[in-house]
Amino acid sequence: MLRRSFAIGCAAAAALFGLLPGTVTQAGAADRFITVASTTSTEDSGLFKDLLPKFTAKTGIGVRVVAKGTGQAIDLAKRGDADVLFVHHKPSEEKFVAEGFATERKPVMYNDFIVVGPAKDPAGVKGSKDVTDALARIAAAKAPFVSRGDDSGTHKAELALWTAAKLDPAKADGGWYKSIGQGMGPTLNTAAAMEGYALADRGTWLNFRNRGDLAVLVEGDKRLFNQYGVMLVNPAKFAHVKAGDGQAFVDWLVSAEGQKAIADYTIGGQPLFFPNANEPGA
Amino acid sequence: MHDFTQALAMAVQMIVTLDADLARIVGLSLRVSLTAVLAATLIGLPLGTAVAALRFPGRRGLSVALNTLMGLPPVVVGLVVFLLLSRSGPFGVLGLLFTPAAMIVAQTVLILPIVASLARQTVEDLLVEYDDLLRVTGAGPFHTLTTLLSEARWSLVTAILAGFGRASAEVGAVMIVGGNIEHATRVMTTAIALETSKGDLPMALGLGVVLMTLSLAVNLAASLLREAARR
Repeated sequence: MLRRSFAIGCAAAAALFGLLPGTVTQAGAADRFITVASTTSTEDSGLFKDLLPKFTAKTGIGVRVVAKGTGQAIDLAKRGDADVLFVHHKPSEEKFVAEGFATERKPVMYNDFIVVGPAKDPAGVKGSKDVTDALARIAAAKAPFVSRGDDSGTHKAELALWTAAKLDPAKADGGWYKSIGQGMGPTLNTAAAMEGYALADRGTWLNFRNRGDLAVLVEGDKRLFNQYGVMLVNPAKFAHVKAGDGQAFVDWLVSAEGQKAIADYTIGGQPLFFPNANEPGA
Repeated sequence: MHDFTQALAMAVQMIVTLDADLARIVGLSLRVSLTAVLAATLIGLPLGTAVAALRFPGRRGLSVALNTLMGLPPVVVGLVVFLLLSRSGPFGVLGLLFTPAAMIVAQTVLILPIVASLARQTVEDLLVEYDDLLRVTGAGPFHTLTTLLSEARWSLVTAILAGFGRASAEVGAVMIVGGNIEHATRVMTTAIALETSKGDLPMALGLGVVLMTLSLAVNLAASLLREAARR
């Protein structure tokens, strides 16, 4: 009996795994690739889906993207778990370079943040060109505001804007200010569900489906500018970093070809990211 | 209601057309979870049986530990495996982070206590019948284990299926150690999380229906196998 049941078990296991070698070899075959730690905005906006195949077609280098908030992405790179870092918070990026985790940061592109909120706009911020004034009105009206709260680039930008507005929303935590500790998408889902305001990057917003009654209320303030930078993780820190292929990706992004590919990505005719690799000080 | 009918229609469409991307995601889900189940079965069944039938020091403690670990949060397992496999961690040189192998390790750790605990319970129940027989024949530990495993084998299928259910349904561990990388480590549950974060709720729900269909197929296959073997 034991022998028979063992045989059946083996046959079942063989049958199951016989079905799977396709996936096994396929995962093993993509041997030339780099790992890029990046942000949810580049992934959720659909930019990478458009951009990466062009790079891979030209160079034969596959790109594996781990999309996290900027803070987490930097942490991954600092642990040596990525070859390239592609994020959007210049002060953190410069610190990353200063600490020796990269030798050079290159500006790539920018997009902008927007304040979205319910179309009926209880705080009356619609059309404002002054984002700090808009935030002050939201706070005064105690209208629900949903914050990323996840140490992402967008979260850091939001906190800087509150500081510029001379307000400390953390004191209202649990009240009208709701820090949910999640990505851009879940934050928009939450804002849509509770008819709240939120700071979002335009790329994710344009690609976002579950908008409910949300609309763009504040845009165009220069302080809503959102710069992206890219850098190779320093191979002197981590010997396993794929320096050649990683540097090829960095160089392609800032090349005329890569910059054009970024500019060419549009949703409904609207560009999402604006290349500016050659802009001094970006 | 519109959302649900839309999701259902989408699920049917996805299953019928089965595009290459979805097939790859489904294939990887099966590969990761079934391999983890196999590993957890090979370790967990003998372990659970030993805890049930053999007398050794620390047996009661082990039993309580296994029961407790059944409630391991996937995200904690993911975090621990992440820290172990990270380039800065003790097993970093293996370069396993963000690979299917890392996901298999995490899911194995997650479901091993479930398989072992349920096996222990099953064998303990069986032991009421067999205890005397085994003692009279003077069976050694190895003979005891193989006899009990053999006699309980069809009841143990439930333990294995419970492990598979947990593995195929969890998202916290594979998200952290796999990274949800397209064409590399994206599985059903992380794809659902991604579509949710894109706000494409019908697509997310549709993938959920596909996942449940997959789970149904695996359970049906196990049930049929069990019937066939009994006859």
